[in-house]
Amino acid sequence: MCLAIPMKILKIEGDRAVVSSGGVQRSIGINFLKSPKIGDYVIVHAGFAIEKLDTVKAEETLKILEELQ
Amino acid sequence: MKYIDEFRNLKIAEKLYRLINEEAEGLRRVNFMEVCGTHTMAVERFGIRRMLPENVRLISGPGCPVCVTPKNYIDKAIALTAIDDVVVFSFGDMLKVPGTNSSLLKQNPKGKVRVVYSALDAVEFAEKNRDKKIIFLGIGFETTVPTVAASIKYAKKKKLKNFFVYSGHKVMPPAMRLLAGDKEVNIKGFLCPAHVSAIIGTMPYSIISKKYNIPCVISGFEPLDILQSILMLVRQVKLNIAKVENQYNRVVKASGNIKALSLIDEVFSTHDSEWRGIGVIKKSGLVLSRRYSDFDAEKNIDFPKVETKMDKGCICGSVLKGIKTPPECGLFSKKCTPENPYGACMVSSEGACAAYYRYGAGRK
Amino acid sequence: MKYITLSHGSGGKLMHDLIKDLFLKNLDNPFLNKMGDSALINFGAKKLSYTTDSFVVKPLFFPGGDIGKLSVCGTVNDLAVSGAMPKYLSCGMIVEDGFSRADLERITISIKNTCKSAGVNIVTGDFKVVEKGAVDGIFINTSGIGEVFNNSEISISRIRPGDKIIISGTIGDHAASILLAREELKFKTGISSDCGPLNNLVSSIICKDIKFMRDPTRGGLATTLNEISLACGYNIAIEEAGIPIKKPVRALCEILGFDPLYMANEGKLIAIVSKDAANNILSRMKRHPLGKDAGIIGEVKKEKDKKVYLRTQSGGSRILDMITGEQLPRIC
Repeated sequence: MCLAIPMKILKIEGDRAVVSSGGVQRSIGINFLKSPKIGDYVIVHAGFAIEKLDTVKAEETLKILEELQ
Repeated sequence: MKYIDEFRNLKIAEKLYRLINEEAEGLRRVNFMEVCGTHTMAVERFGIRRMLPENVRLISGPGCPVCVTPKNYIDKAIALTAIDDVVVFSFGDMLKVPGTNSSLLKQNPKGKVRVVYSALDAVEFAEKNRDKKIIFLGIGFETTVPTVAASIKYAKKKKLKNFFVYSGHKVMPPAMRLLAGDKEVNIKGFLCPAHVSAIIGTMPYSIISKKYNIPCVISGFEPLDILQSILMLVRQVKLNIAKVENQYNRVVKASGNIKALSLIDEVFSTHDSEWRGIGVIKKSGLVLSRRYSDFDAEKNIDFPKVETKMDKGCICGSVLKGIKTPPECGLFSKKCTPENPYGACMVSSEGACAAYYRYGAGRK
Repeated sequence: MKYITLSHGSGGKLMHDLIKDLFLKNLDNPFLNKMGDSALINFGAKKLSYTTDSFVVKPLFFPGGDIGKLSVCGTVNDLAVSGAMPKYLSCGMIVEDGFSRADLERITISIKNTCKSAGVNIVTGDFKVVEKGAVDGIFINTSGIGEVFNNSEISISRIRPGDKIIISGTIGDHAASILLAREELKFKTGISSDCGPLNNLVSSIICKDIKFMRDPTRGGLATTLNEISLACGYNIAIEEAGIPIKKPVRALCEILGFDPLYMANEGKLIAIVSKDAANNILSRMKRHPLGKDAGIIGEVKKEKDKKVYLRTQSGGSRILDMITGEQLPRIC
């Protein structure tokens, strides 16, 4: 019940933003985000960004997975 | 695709499969339940089930909002399309669910049902078509609810008199608590939903892990997320501990999304709600709050009378609770197929039965 | 089942069962029973290929094409994948009372242009107008005759374990462009339909090492592979990592919950070729503009449960079934 993918913020206008992934763009609501910035990756569901993706934590997780023996 | 493909890496996946198989050796058979339709789909789509050891069993819980929507809701939604100036807007998931006599899809060609990607699109349509009554079918758990709440708030801001929501929204934790306490289901670990958790945070699962002694791991939807989470559950079971772990910490914060939560609180209030196949669960559903009652379809629209007939032989309820697997249903892949579905588990594309059927597991 | 439903027309299992139980049962003859996309007919010293197709696409105009272009390509491609050079087409139109003359002209010009690029002619036609509501705008049927290439030996019975499976390019483009044109989903993409004639591509690769070809239209790649597996009796195994797909099509599928393996294509073909000739045929295909994204995606196996298996990009495996009905955008 949570189909959503990370998309990058290209433009911000008030409580809406234009996001993009793989060449697909859409205007979405960013009402639920705390101080979003251009270049942020956000999780987009049903036309709204429900949370920001922490890219540092993402890289950390990948590192842990790579280092698993 | 950034932050998706990295979490589908073949080499790491193979490593995780090996680790799960190694560390689960000697373990008594465990049932891990995932309670999110998107998890069910991901497990089937990436072919994860086949690669897990025999003693680690992944069961699908009632995390498919369409599957748990009562048949009566569908019948009433279909009945709305008969009202002259009404256009029903819905997410695609709902269209093929069978009601007693028909489905929303069958009303689609008459222009009475429109599929949207966002509830806000329905509001924008209402803005441009004041002569029509727009009724949006509010289905979905906590991931979707804030988006519908924001759309309702926008409709209020625009002073729209022709936009309504027929709420069938439900919340996850009460259902999880019910299943956690059910000895027949015998859950030894929960794979908690990624994006519902992004909204509600990690607290609601603490009650489950403490009271019922069941490990909970919040898991992302990509294969590496799911595999890492299963490994984390296996490790907790081996150490005989039960705590909440957040595998999906790149998105989920312990406090959840405060803005989204307060919006849900403002626009909706909880009530007891019926889950198809399970029964009524206390405080598990959402209705529009009094402040937003002008947008409540049930308070403002004259619903035509409907007569709902129940399904015979369909064990969707047991499948939803994870007690039975789809192949154990007498109707599965014989009378009940995706082309000719009896129950919601088969109709909804991420219902357990549809996922099993489509991705080939357990077919006769 | 008392009534024909939309699901009977979507190219999946229900449709196949109906064809078998109703049409083949009654119209039984050696040509039809072969269940090929085209019928192969001996005509004196020549071998001809003959096919028909009807077009009911909505919307009528979409990025990359329209119903006119589609109606020519559909028939041209069915002839091409049967190993024939298309030559002559018929065109029958049924139009709704009140249809725009400008639209009809636009469609006809599109048919003209597509015929030109495919090197075919509409040699006979028919035109009918029906009352409002009897058809949705316009329906078109085309049928076509082509001359089988001298070195073509297309036959499903030639397929053997070890044969390689080649796809001529990216999947899902057509279905994605129709979806975006039809629904108010409000996404901006550069996606356009891949609708195009394949006969020149086929003529550049045709040889005896090509055992069978089909174009994966309704129901997508997965459905077509299932059809082939059912007909030849052997299992098919493909690798997700090897399947070409355009970035925006893939992104759209991830966002809306669509499976690109089940999405229609209108300018692609699948070729089942002998193992030793596969690389050679692939490089010839890639030299043609319509085959530049071609790739080997899998092979025919020796097991005979008539199933299609996919190895996913993360090492798991699943069975690819036939599609049932249209996919819809999901939140779950």
